[in-house]
Amino acid sequence: MPEINLSCPVPLPAGDRILLAHGGGGKLMNQLIERVFLPAFSNPALECRHDGATLTVGGARLAFTTDSYVVHPMVFPGGNIGDLAVNGTVNDLAMCGARPLYLSSGFILEEGLETETLCRVVESMRLAAQAAGVSLVTGDTKVVDRGKADGIFINTAGIGLVEHSLSIGPQSVQPGDAVILSGDLGAHGVAILSVREGLEFEAPIVSDTAPLWAPVEALLKAGIEIHCLRDLTRGGLASTLNEIAGTRQVGVRIREVDIPVEDAVRGACEILGLDPLYVANEGRFAAFVPAVQAQRTVEILAQFPVCNGAIIAGEVVEDAPGVVVLLSRIGGNRVVDMLSGEQLPRIC
Amino acid sequence: MCLAVPGKIVEIHEDADPTLRRAKVDFAGVRKDVSLAFTPEAVHGDYVLVHVGFALNVVDEEEAHKVFEHLKQMGELADLEESGS
Amino acid sequence: MKYVDEYRDPAAASRLAQEIRRAARHPWTIMEICGGQTHTIMKSGLQDLLPAEITLVHGPGCPVCVTPIELIDKAVEIASRPEAILCSFGDMLRVPGSGRSLFDAKASGGDVRIVYSPMDALKLARAHPERQVVFFAVGFETTAPANAMAVWQASREGIENFSALVAHVLVPPAIEAILQSSNCRVQAFLAPGHVCTVMGYREYEPLAARYHVPVVVTGFEPVDLLEGVSMAVAQLEAGRAEVENQYSRAVARMGNQPAQQRVAEVFEVSDRQWRGIGEIPASGLRLREPYRRFDACERFGLLAAGAREPKECISGLVLQGLKKPYECPAFGGQCTPERPLGAPMVSSEGACAAYYQYGKREHARN
Repeated sequence: MPEINLSCPVPLPAGDRILLAHGGGGKLMNQLIERVFLPAFSNPALECRHDGATLTVGGARLAFTTDSYVVHPMVFPGGNIGDLAVNGTVNDLAMCGARPLYLSSGFILEEGLETETLCRVVESMRLAAQAAGVSLVTGDTKVVDRGKADGIFINTAGIGLVEHSLSIGPQSVQPGDAVILSGDLGAHGVAILSVREGLEFEAPIVSDTAPLWAPVEALLKAGIEIHCLRDLTRGGLASTLNEIAGTRQVGVRIREVDIPVEDAVRGACEILGLDPLYVANEGRFAAFVPAVQAQRTVEILAQFPVCNGAIIAGEVVEDAPGVVVLLSRIGGNRVVDMLSGEQLPRIC
Repeated sequence: MCLAVPGKIVEIHEDADPTLRRAKVDFAGVRKDVSLAFTPEAVHGDYVLVHVGFALNVVDEEEAHKVFEHLKQMGELADLEESGS
Repeated sequence: MKYVDEYRDPAAASRLAQEIRRAARHPWTIMEICGGQTHTIMKSGLQDLLPAEITLVHGPGCPVCVTPIELIDKAVEIASRPEAILCSFGDMLRVPGSGRSLFDAKASGGDVRIVYSPMDALKLARAHPERQVVFFAVGFETTAPANAMAVWQASREGIENFSALVAHVLVPPAIEAILQSSNCRVQAFLAPGHVCTVMGYREYEPLAARYHVPVVVTGFEPVDLLEGVSMAVAQLEAGRAEVENQYSRAVARMGNQPAQQRVAEVFEVSDRQWRGIGEIPASGLRLREPYRRFDACERFGLLAAGAREPKECISGLVLQGLKKPYECPAFGGQCTPERPLGAPMVSSEGACAAYYQYGKREHARN
């Protein structure tokens, strides 16, 4: 019986080289993690395979995470690499249910980068940190030869405080849980592509990069028994759902009619031959909560502009463990698989 | 290799040379620059099918509705049958 | 989106499915030709709406699947030359040649770029006169006019650093080859809508008559496909074998004349190898003599070389609808999307990949 975990296939090379696909958030990246990183560093926190690690230190529960930002172009409608670097790490902490507190930031700068650009990025980081209520407390700077760094690469690591007693992560997901989306999909990926491909918009599509702790905090304060949170970054909603389904060995069912996508994003995806389910987001997350609390969760989220459009999109089931199935608009069923690498635009 | 998407012509850039005639086509708010070299009859407001940067035809509005007319008829027929006529 | 959303309407889909269920009194096997149609069928789970009597088989509709290994190898060879920029549509990057794919070539330092139009490649050539810009010109008749325009423009402007690696294929000869096969099970065809937007559908009339098979020119949205199936079933039940046009909003019998003219000026019909099937005479396009200098094989002095499909790959039988992917001994074991032995597993439209993707659903039904 073939392994049900497939998608736009990428031929694996004889394994001797890293491909761009290994960074795509899809199957190849997961394989790289499984085969190279996990065996080398194995420990219980890492084995949870969540966005961040939840650790007990002294009497406190802390969340700890890291992320690197290599986006090109550096500046795009709605933000720049600096916004992503702060919000992305803040959000990974929020996805652990942790109050984000402190960030570190390591910069790898390319020789020849305009100082003005760097200042602009740093200023964005300052504002983003302020908006998210975090302090950047330590950092590092390196400069590499021209041609070795695409302008700027940024790594941020973050520490947050876990102030509740829930265990938020894939391991807590249960059949029967509701799958909740915090808002519409695809804005960030399309904003990036619009620069690369010279797309024009009647009303520009801007990246949805935003900090997500406030809505998560509201859910925790309201006593929602959050089982799992996951932000929908590289590989989009499809990859996130597949990761959870795979790690926890449950099935996930979602409904196409309940997946919000803005018209212009949809138009862009149609003409570029992309599927919004796989397009990157930077200010959107999925929440897995008990079914009885689903409606309440949506109501709480809807109070926040960043969660405008929050909706119950599906449920977790026991059936077909590891498989994500979408009920299409016309009533047929489709397995939503994990991409092997980056989603490639198709013209077929 | 057949992905062609219908969009509305919102601007035309005329040219004495028909192979250089171009249009701005709107797809639900996304605008792309498209060649009209293969659709010399296309005018402002037309919907065209666009494939790899070229308009391949002007969508026939009348034909486009035929399937729904047919479905409507099928629906009416089914209703008649149901009511036992 | 106008002319898209209406054709995804659940009520219309449901009504058409009902009509098909009512009309289908016998089992029928229908083949859709175009990869884009396969994609919609899979993506919308269309098979779930059809009665058990109707079997859809997926034909050789993805040029990715039918681009010969030799040409992939040539593309990879070109990409590894330092002076070259190899431009291609996204789909082609993952197809393995004898060993490597364009993605592999990129990882090894080749300048491989994804473009959305052959004119983008031409733009690159204008911008980089010191480089050789090569466009991987793959596709059915749908894409031929754009490719012809790029070469014609290059010739007119004297952009001599541009060339095209031509791998065009034609649909009617492929259909005929399938029909001539002694174990052909296909009883009706859904012809590719956008190919017919360009070419019209006259060429299918002699095929329908000679082989007594209905041919319905069909679009790409779920309602189009359901209507196409409905029309095919009506013909089959009535014993008719005609060419009908479901996609009339986008297809006229004579097709697009200016587009055909440009293609005829730049290209001529040639024999072509189809991966996994073999050579089908007069089933491809190559550059005409006055434009031959824009042929990348000539430009780079690439000789024809033999290339081998792994023995286990039965893609030819799959592409002709003679075998279902899961009937292949290598399916899902030796041959997976991560390590494909043949092209149908590679392309997101390829029959094997589509089955692999949605395989669990198919097995549950059967």
